[in-house]
Amino acid sequence: MKPPSFRLESPDTLDEVLSSLAEHGGDAKIIAGGQSLMPLLAFRLARPELLIDLTGVADLDHLSVDGTTLTVGALTTHRAVEKAAETTVPATIRSAVAHIGHVGIRNRGTVGGSLAHGDPSAEWAAVALAYDGVIVAVSRAGKRRIAADDFFLEPWTTALRQDEVVRELLLQVPLGLCGSAYFEFARRHGDPAVAGVCAVLFADPAGTVVQARLSVIGAGQVAVRCRPAEQALTGRPLDPDVLIEVSQFVVADIEPRGQDEDEHRHQIQVVGTLARRAVRSAADQISKVAQG
Amino acid sequence: MSQRRDVKLRVNGIAGQANIDVRTTLADTLRDEFSCTSVHLGCEHGACGACTVLLDGSSVRSCLILTAQVDGADIATVEGLSDDDGRLHPVQEAFRATHGLQCGFCTPGMIMTVIELLREISEPSPAEIRAALSGNLCRCTGYQNIVAAVVRAARQLAHGS
Repeated sequence: MKPPSFRLESPDTLDEVLSSLAEHGGDAKIIAGGQSLMPLLAFRLARPELLIDLTGVADLDHLSVDGTTLTVGALTTHRAVEKAAETTVPATIRSAVAHIGHVGIRNRGTVGGSLAHGDPSAEWAAVALAYDGVIVAVSRAGKRRIAADDFFLEPWTTALRQDEVVRELLLQVPLGLCGSAYFEFARRHGDPAVAGVCAVLFADPAGTVVQARLSVIGAGQVAVRCRPAEQALTGRPLDPDVLIEVSQFVVADIEPRGQDEDEHRHQIQVVGTLARRAVRSAADQISKVAQG
Repeated sequence: MSQRRDVKLRVNGIAGQANIDVRTTLADTLRDEFSCTSVHLGCEHGACGACTVLLDGSSVRSCLILTAQVDGADIATVEGLSDDDGRLHPVQEAFRATHGLQCGFCTPGMIMTVIELLREISEPSPAEIRAALSGNLCRCTGYQNIVAAVVRAARQLAHGS
């Protein structure tokens, strides 16, 4: 169908966006890349009275590294991140982002839009969780820093308030002896992930894991960090037994989102396999660096 | 009560403008105001890729873009590909030569996606082609001859043969 009628505002400044949001509350929706919102409008599942176009606001599409912090502006397209230099965006993040939809979607879809939409299969959720992400949200009341761990509440529901806009995502990019990997399974290229796992491991020179971050998307109710699995990895050397134990922790942590028992079993199996692969890949990177 | 806007677009090199209802998608504007009926509406929710055009050089699903969001943009569609003498662009010619189309409904979207692909990877492998075209659905061909068309077009553009 064609989208239902709405009013459209196209402000030049973030202040105007925030004023409008504050004034119109639940009657207004932000539109950025439109790759998630436009299909909802086409199906008329969303009928906002007012759309506020964010794309005219300057300085929201920056992508920069300062020490260990990678700052991704809300209007940065997935494609810009995918094509960024290795020195700016680590390969694991670029590889996760490359799984988002198709090129045409990545050319328009934005990081802020993905985060705000709260899709349980969103690759950006896996990245935000595994890289200790902080979502910077702004409203007329001020600025709020929301840890990724506290951001994804329920399917399609985030901690963002009605009058807030995502301004940027801050990620902690590892330095030192570390390895990371992202693995995903989807039925076809561009399909929503059946499951995706992102692993970031830090080790000491002896090859013992000092810190582990492991996130899962797709299989569970929402994107999650698997803390029991992370604890199981910490302080251990990386050997095959540890990997099996890790995948069991990951699997135990997931509340499957599938429709029936067969789908649950499939999701659990896929998550376990992806977790083992991600951790093994990260571990191999560490070994290579330690040896070299 | 519908709200309308004036929007300027440069379509296939020609500057133009239209007055549109703000809820009009770029796909509908291109079809109705700029006579670019090569822009096909397959699903109108971004799944099939038949409406793919190049916006400022990058492939996009025009059914997922509000015209009012892209005021001033440069759009390329299949209509702009053949030269003034009517000679087909190498990608179009390749699709013709390999029978890479049957009903032709998905073809404009395929072609615009391929144009972008070949700018990025000059001689993609069949696997790379299938991955790049995964967002363009075809119900007729089974994709085999589409992949052959891209291989042929790539060779033509890279080596002139």
